[in-house]
Amino acid sequence: MDETSQNGRPIDRSVPSSLYQLFQEVILDHYRRPRNKSPIEDATHRITLNNPLCGDVVEVVLVVENDRIANVGFGGKGCSISMASASMMTHQLMGKTLAEATELTSRFTEMLHGDPDAAEDETLGDLRALAGVSKFPVRIKCALLCWNCLDELIEPESA
Amino acid sequence: MARSRLVSAEAELDIGRVRADFPILERTVHGQPLVYLDNAASSQKPAVVIDAVRDYYQTHHSNVHRGAHALSVEATDAYEAARGAVASHMGAGSPSELVFVRGATEALNLVATAWGGANLGPGDRVVLTKMEHHSNLVPWQLLAARTGAELSFIDVTPDGELDLDDYRRLLRHRTKLVGVTHVSNGLGTINPVEEIVRLAHDAGALCLVDGAQAMPHMTVDVQAIGCDFYAFSGHKMCGPTGIGGLWSRREILDDMPPYQGGGEMISEVRLEGSTWADVPQKFEAGTPNVAGAVGLGAAVGYLQGLGIEAIEAWEDYVSQYARRRLDEVVGLRVYGPRTGRTGVFSFTYADIHAHDLATILDQQGIAIRAGHHCNQPLMDHLGVDATARASFYLYNTPAEVDALIEGLQIAASIFRLDT
Repeated sequence: MDETSQNGRPIDRSVPSSLYQLFQEVILDHYRRPRNKSPIEDATHRITLNNPLCGDVVEVVLVVENDRIANVGFGGKGCSISMASASMMTHQLMGKTLAEATELTSRFTEMLHGDPDAAEDETLGDLRALAGVSKFPVRIKCALLCWNCLDELIEPESA
Repeated sequence: MARSRLVSAEAELDIGRVRADFPILERTVHGQPLVYLDNAASSQKPAVVIDAVRDYYQTHHSNVHRGAHALSVEATDAYEAARGAVASHMGAGSPSELVFVRGATEALNLVATAWGGANLGPGDRVVLTKMEHHSNLVPWQLLAARTGAELSFIDVTPDGELDLDDYRRLLRHRTKLVGVTHVSNGLGTINPVEEIVRLAHDAGALCLVDGAQAMPHMTVDVQAIGCDFYAFSGHKMCGPTGIGGLWSRREILDDMPPYQGGGEMISEVRLEGSTWADVPQKFEAGTPNVAGAVGLGAAVGYLQGLGIEAIEAWEDYVSQYARRRLDEVVGLRVYGPRTGRTGVFSFTYADIHAHDLATILDQQGIAIRAGHHCNQPLMDHLGVDATARASFYLYNTPAEVDALIEGLQIAASIFRLDT
């Protein structure tokens, strides 16, 4: 056995830059100061989904008027990725039509699966900060939880 | 318990040799030496266990208990020798009192289904605790829905210990069975199972102990504990996955109906009905996990060779060091009792979510678990959504504790904590 694994590890370990890309300032900001994290009383659409593996729970609420998202909020608890994704999603969805929301969902999903064009797409706004999640396959479901909520809510409408 | 033998811990266990016994500890993860601290979920395997499984398949494999040819005899002998070794390891009166199952989960389901189905009816009470693993909760919920039996739960103190006064109160009702974990998988609490069993028996109830987190780490003597059922998993104690055991007293097993039907478990089968084989075969329908049992037998031999007390002393030494280092980290909170515990540390760190901590540590080769650890009611009770859990075993070292602490410092830096 080599010395390193028996006695511990080299003291001078570099932190992979992918970690800093994953936990960017803007993501930590949305995690610690979430936008639109409020229950909306007059919601027209409401759903809660959870991830039983890690215990994350996200609720997404919408006020849809004439096929347009007049208001959107979220609730729940979870890791920085799931909470920041929900916060940024609500920010980006405000005022969008349902068709635009569906398009946003697919662009975001493409970005998480490593599509470099999607990662540059300005329609995603702050959400582009989550492009680093694509390097962490087990965390993709964290970022997608709130989008799965959105999908469940508007799929019947746009189908 | 060898809780006072810290000074000699290092001398008793040659940690360098122990680590050399586990081939996986030589690998790297994300370019860093593996620091495996997810032992409460599953332990790694020493070469003797891996070799025993391979040797069984290469040289001896056949179906067991058929006996018409040499290989079948050899496979049966190996399987039954493993049963004997494991049964004796846990203080069983006879090998026939040990039923091989897939793991603790199946053992607990077996008791709930076979014993519970035959012995519990509407209004009968099963007393469990608020710290049970989901595997000693959900089978009873399923049974309660089927039979009308009622479940109640012993309270857990803020320190993570069972409230025995609450237990005594619960026992006043018509209790048929008490089910308790020997060691909490979420908090590391070692429960006073002897006393819990005694109180259960005084109240006329049987007592089931879930030993999944105890068997790997301490001397377990089912007769000294006095319990009626004891369940455990092989894969947490250096054995293969898919093998574990249920120990019970002969007269209880004899009275229980079978759990599953099929080959192996029958005496005579006719179209209009069948009779059952003797225990333990009565509960082992189908071709068993022979290679798993052989591997588990080798694991028990390995642990005994090192000495369970020496393992306990070493783990205690490393765990106390871990506790001291974790307590030094500002903003970190360890759950569970300070004493009377094993090396299972569930913690939260400032506002860094457990899942994020796990990702950051993983990138440094450090494996921990994040979430509710199949302990959701306990986490709700403690008021935490998710915790990170570092759990130690015989091959972990103080240097690996240091690596964990360094990893936490890097997490603090990534999350811009004021430290």
